[in-house]
Amino acid sequence: MVEDGTLSIRVNGAHRRVRAGMSVADLARELTLEPGRVAVERNREIVPRSTLAEVPIEEGDDYEIVTFVGGG
Amino acid sequence: MADSWSVAGRTFTSRLIVGTGKYKSFEENAAAVAASGAEIVTVAVRRVNISDPGQPLLTDFIDPKAITYLPNTAGCFTAEEAIRTLRLAREAGGWELVKLEVLGEAKTLYPDMRETLRATETLAGEGFKPMVYCVDDPIAAKQLEEAGAVAIMPLGAPIGSGLGIQNRVTIRLIVEGAGVPVLVDAGVGTASDASVAMELGCDGVLMNTAIAEAKDPVMMARAMKLAVESGRLAYLAGRMGQRRYADPSSPLAGLI
Repeated sequence: MVEDGTLSIRVNGAHRRVRAGMSVADLARELTLEPGRVAVERNREIVPRSTLAEVPIEEGDDYEIVTFVGGG
Repeated sequence: MADSWSVAGRTFTSRLIVGTGKYKSFEENAAAVAASGAEIVTVAVRRVNISDPGQPLLTDFIDPKAITYLPNTAGCFTAEEAIRTLRLAREAGGWELVKLEVLGEAKTLYPDMRETLRATETLAGEGFKPMVYCVDDPIAAKQLEEAGAVAIMPLGAPIGSGLGIQNRVTIRLIVEGAGVPVLVDAGVGTASDASVAMELGCDGVLMNTAIAEAKDPVMMARAMKLAVESGRLAYLAGRMGQRRYADPSSPLAGLI
């Protein structure tokens, strides 16, 4: 954590700064995503949807947040 | 008797599975799905758009409660990438029925069967029900089935080519040897191609570009629905034998 109380993380390949103390569900909401419509991978491990609100964001975390799009 | 088919314990009436890529709009896509009568659509798994999160989503137009979403692994070139994608898909959707495709090269989008087989084994071990895109090779098809594939989906021709079924003999051999449903996946260009697949005894057909790139996708979706149904009926009816010469349909007796 840096002194301003924020954490440095990556979300879908892009750097992002978030305030400390957030859960993964909080992150999804901050991104205006409905936690129920996405899947989240944290440091290459799936975060089960049922635990999104319990998993804290930590410095250096790398997130992939995906959803369904059109495809063949 | 209603003609239905089952995969991984789920029963469907429509034998047409359609993709949801390449459409001009979500509205057109949804209208084409409705016209096709499909009960299953394939979908891709991709990063959410964080920079513009207000964009409409596929799920706003095609209701996953009404239509079964079949997540795919399009764009994956290794077993690991495909498995990772489907683990995420299972978390996003909550279902085990998935479409596995592991591609060998971008030019032909031909499947890499070594990686496909490896991914099938791993996925089946994790409780997934993989419907597997594969080469039109009866031996590979049996190996996939042994590895845990719940459906075998050989290509009729390269993905997006619209060339139609290039090798009817191998598709038929796969159908005869399979203990799980066989669906032609990829290569269908027009309605008669879909009928051919069904006349060969396939359980279904999966297509995307043939509908999405038609001048009128909604009309083509309906054409495909009818083609799959008529091909299936023709298969069940049992076609006539083929002859090398003519055989008159009107009686010769009583000719004036």
